[in-house]
Amino acid sequence: MEAGTPDLVKLEDLRVPGQLSGRKHILSILVENKPGVLARVAGLFSRRGFNIDTLAVGPTDDPSISRITLTLDGAVHPIDQVTKQLHKLVNVLKIRDMEPEDTVAREMALFKVSAAVENRAEIIQFADIFRAKIVDVARRTMTIEVTGSADKIEAFERMIRPHGLVEMVRTGEIAIARGHE
Amino acid sequence: MESLKAEGVTNVFGIPGGANLPMYDAVVDADFRHVQTRHEQGAGHAAEGYAKASGRVGVAFATSGPGATNLITAIADAMLDSVPTVFITGQVKTELIGTDGFQEADILGATLPFVKHSFQVTDARQIPEYVHEAFHVASTGRPGPVLLDVPSDLFRADIEYEARTEPVELPGYKPSTEGNIKQIRIAAKALANARRPVFYTGGGVVNANASEELRELVASDQFPVTSTLMGLGAFPASSDRWLGMLGMHGTFTANMAMDRADLIVAIGARFDDRITGKLDEFAPHAKIIHIDIDPAEISKNVGAHIPIVGDVKQVLPKLTREYRALQTDSGRMEAWWSQLRTWMQEHPLFYEPGAGGEVKPQLMVETLRKVTGGEAIVASDVGQHQMWAAQYYGFDKPRRWINSGGLGTMGFGLPAAIGAKVACPEELVTCISGDGSLIMNVQEFATCVDENVPVKVFLMNNGYMGMVRQWQQLFWDRRYSAVQMGSSPDWVKLAEAFGATGLRVEDAADLEDTMRAAIEADGPALVDIRVTQEENVYPMIAPGTPAREMVEAPGLVR
Ligand SMILES: Cc1ncc(C[n+]2csc(CCOP(=O)(O)OP(=O)(O)O)c2C)c(N)n1
Ligand SMILES: [Mg+2]
Repeated sequence: MEAGTPDLVKLEDLRVPGQLSGRKHILSILVENKPGVLARVAGLFSRRGFNIDTLAVGPTDDPSISRITLTLDGAVHPIDQVTKQLHKLVNVLKIRDMEPEDTVAREMALFKVSAAVENRAEIIQFADIFRAKIVDVARRTMTIEVTGSADKIEAFERMIRPHGLVEMVRTGEIAIARGHE
Repeated sequence: MESLKAEGVTNVFGIPGGANLPMYDAVVDADFRHVQTRHEQGAGHAAEGYAKASGRVGVAFATSGPGATNLITAIADAMLDSVPTVFITGQVKTELIGTDGFQEADILGATLPFVKHSFQVTDARQIPEYVHEAFHVASTGRPGPVLLDVPSDLFRADIEYEARTEPVELPGYKPSTEGNIKQIRIAAKALANARRPVFYTGGGVVNANASEELRELVASDQFPVTSTLMGLGAFPASSDRWLGMLGMHGTFTANMAMDRADLIVAIGARFDDRITGKLDEFAPHAKIIHIDIDPAEISKNVGAHIPIVGDVKQVLPKLTREYRALQTDSGRMEAWWSQLRTWMQEHPLFYEPGAGGEVKPQLMVETLRKVTGGEAIVASDVGQHQMWAAQYYGFDKPRRWINSGGLGTMGFGLPAAIGAKVACPEELVTCISGDGSLIMNVQEFATCVDENVPVKVFLMNNGYMGMVRQWQQLFWDRRYSAVQMGSSPDWVKLAEAFGATGLRVEDAADLEDTMRAAIEADGPALVDIRVTQEENVYPMIAPGTPAREMVEAPGLVR
């Protein structure tokens, strides 16, 4: 039989899949709740030159397991390589690269803004539009709690910044897969 | 101790201290051999040499603080070369942890980047479980170093050892070994279509004990084979399908074969920068089949067209079977072989022969091959001597070539040879070292003598840290900076001071006889061989250049 018959795989047809997705990724990582696990994950990222955009760690319904949710930029990092390196950590149990359409992602942020008496009404109005909550009021400042997607929080920040943003604290995103019918 | 015994440990290397005293008390009655090295780094490399020569897990003990930090180089070395090793360090008492107590060092934190996994014991009852898990993780999947850090009070705790019945189960650790059969089938079909294939094999073949399986696969057709520094011996250098080693100091033929190949079959190899040269000009015409146990290696440096994750020992026989089931025409590789043969003839490894009794370093390695029949275990240090040993010894069997490839650790050779000799007492174990490297762990001659480990060291004494000198000569206008080794020590006297045999060779005419005398001498021996001082290793792919621009030995006549 001649080499190159249809039943053989033609070399010129072989392709390497692209490495960069070009979008933001949310990785939801289940890890054993053991001392030093976060150091292993963080160390891996810095050692391999992967930049984490946000990171949130918390318990799960199983006390022996914690969840790390982190976001990173798939335009800069080959996500496949990141998850494969993470999988090599023995304490990492499961990694889910969340599908954007199938995911509910939320972040919480606290904004402390300078709020002279004459501005307060306007700030409260903004908060209302964003369904944000006023959680603290002092003589010169107000503190507002915003929950939502990272985009919503960034939009709120743009709105409120001109009023004098004193301090902002963000949790980093957490995410869960949507329920299926 | 019981747990170690249950893991089949027969040899360990180490040094005691305050924090591991309780463990060393148990060593007195242990039924394994403890080799007392003279430096913890020596213990670590000996454990590596033991593992590399035998395939079994190498074990080293050290005390807390400086004992533990002295192990770090060996741990990092074992990580980069995927050596199955378990390091057990003593730690300060539980109540002192975090207080900067005497000889406290956060060894777990310090070694995080260099371990496959590590365990901090916080309760004595964890010890047996962790020991078993440590051996399991170190020796399965892609092998590597595992650290177990034990506070001294927990070593002391008397616990009942219950023999383990179930295999180790770690929920986050499940290496996939079988290889996807669909992918293997596609690989076989692609291979059947390749006109210019090359097998590029690495240390993974040695680690997986898959040398036989590789030879079977290659026997299926006229496949040419090259290997990395780490993979030498997995495929016999005496085979007519062997192209020589590839990479920075690989043969012209092997590097050109990669450059012109239409299909590269990478097996247990990781496309390291010493192999690829300038990455974006690497193997421009080739499609890649990449077989590796570690999924993270696939498409890390060079994208794989056909990735296969699995243990090469399991994957290769399947690939052989699938390939043999196809109707193939080996005539398709005829033109390729004629090209390969022309390269081999016109671009062999070459050096100008020495004149007037001058000992050429390459001749030294060739002569060692001759007097050992090519059958010795050869441990090496790091430098020019390492490259010449790799080029000229001609390894025909796996686990005979023991060197530090990934980390490139000077001082590795002598202790690694000790480990290899302890693992394989019946074998002739030699060490080819350099004058810069040997002195870095020279204290281990005392271990050889006192522990009766008769390794034979052949020192390629060129008066320089030659590899660095070569770079300074070629890339820094010959401005030699801190590379001369001076006249100290007198190596023969030094060997004798340790109680070993010391010999010297200054004339090529004496080389063979003196080597034989060293091998026949009782106990450990050192031969100080004065070789050409400013010889360079060729061929060479200069850093940042593509393989096809490699520089060959001056004076090579076609
Ligand atoms: C621990 C360590 N320090 C420094 C280096 C950098 N280095 C690489 S090769 C080399 C010279 C080795 O000299 P020698 O052992 O005499 O070998 P030669 O090249 O002369 O054969 C040096 C300094 C290294 N690889 N390891
Ligand atoms: Mg030297």
